[in-house]
Amino acid sequence: MKRLIICSLFAALSLASIRAAEGDKEVQARNVALNLAGAFSNDGFKIRDGHWSGAIKPGDRALVAVNLYAGNQYWFSVGAEDEDAKFAVQVFDENGKPVKADDYQGDATAAAGYSPTISGQYFVSIAPSGGEQASTYCLVYSYK
Amino acid sequence: MMRGSRFVSTETLAVTAHASDIPVGNRRKGRYPAGMPVRARLAAVLFVASLCNAHAADPAPLTPEQLAGAIRSDTITIPTPGELFAALSKPGKPNWVGQYREPIPMAYRNRAQIALNLGGLIADGFIAIEAQDTQQVKNIGGDIIKLAKALGVSENVLSRGKSINEFAENNQWEALQEELEATQNEVKTSMESNRDQDFVILVSLGGWVRGTQVVSGSIMNDYNPEIAKVLRQPALVSFIQAKVKDMSPELQDEPLVKSVSGQLSDIQKLVAFPGSGIPSAEEVARLNGAVTKLMEEIASKPDAK
Repeated sequence: MKRLIICSLFAALSLASIRAAEGDKEVQARNVALNLAGAFSNDGFKIRDGHWSGAIKPGDRALVAVNLYAGNQYWFSVGAEDEDAKFAVQVFDENGKPVKADDYQGDATAAAGYSPTISGQYFVSIAPSGGEQASTYCLVYSYK
Repeated sequence: MMRGSRFVSTETLAVTAHASDIPVGNRRKGRYPAGMPVRARLAAVLFVASLCNAHAADPAPLTPEQLAGAIRSDTITIPTPGELFAALSKPGKPNWVGQYREPIPMAYRNRAQIALNLGGLIADGFIAIEAQDTQQVKNIGGDIIKLAKALGVSENVLSRGKSINEFAENNQWEALQEELEATQNEVKTSMESNRDQDFVILVSLGGWVRGTQVVSGSIMNDYNPEIAKVLRQPALVSFIQAKVKDMSPELQDEPLVKSVSGQLSDIQKLVAFPGSGIPSAEEVARLNGAVTKLMEEIASKPDAK
């Protein structure tokens, strides 16, 4: 019984420590993404109060669905917790076709700028382009 | 308490915090102080962006499976009323005051109805901000806090009411918009931590219905096909419908929720605008009629319990 309690405690502590580490990475990635988005806010872009964050393995991609309004301009800013991370941010329309967007790539950051002419659903893709380990990324977006 | 000073650099964020400690509200953590270094940085970002764009290769289209598996969440997939109103304001200033409505009754006892009306009131708050109407912002801010209290949200949300008043009195319209959006997200976060996550989508739904009522009403008064484009949102309504269907069976059985859910199916067809994606004046009027009827029902239907 004692052994069972000790094992349970150990498992709970390990789980808590893993979750805390994941949390640290998400905060770091969000910090980086907001730093980039902050540059756009001085040009009149409002940063949306919402974000997505999560780990992406090299070779995989995260696709995040967003709903955009024709007439607005958008910047999708992504930050990585790993400062050596290289990745691309791309925008696709509701049929999955890539759209012509401005793009920016920096250290642990990338962004795509897009002004839709049709309102509706779009998809923001975050795709690591190298590395061997999963890294944590955060997407925030701004509009004006 | 004023919710943090504005223009705090993200460098001040502690990187040792747990995920649940990630604060609600992007704004104040993401702003740079205004000044040359940031302008220079922005210019550099845009310059590099233009260079990158010139060399970017077209990626392969996404497969239907990839599209179906995309991440969809309340916080990023559902736009705020502020985003919708920003698109409406592009060609000129709409008559925001003309879109005000009579104060709604505040004595709801049914929690689903409170959540739906809370969303509608938040949209009203965005309208008052667009109209730059200090007193209206303060009135609506007070009502938002009353309804939020009725849902048992945390003290953090209640302290937002004071900030809203302070920003309104100082005519800080941009800060107000940020504060209102942060209030909405804090209400939702508080609901989630109270295991009231089913109500989160009702807040978003109420906000979307009221926002669509206002925008379609404004377009009806002065039809412009370019502006009417903002009303096309079939995937958004489908997403909201799917979330409503994920709610507990008890909540789905509530008469008001059942009625709203049924009407959403019709509204989904009214916002599809197949073809050009531009609704005609008649289609705008039809949509406005449907969302006005729904909003009236949300605001006035007698309690189910």
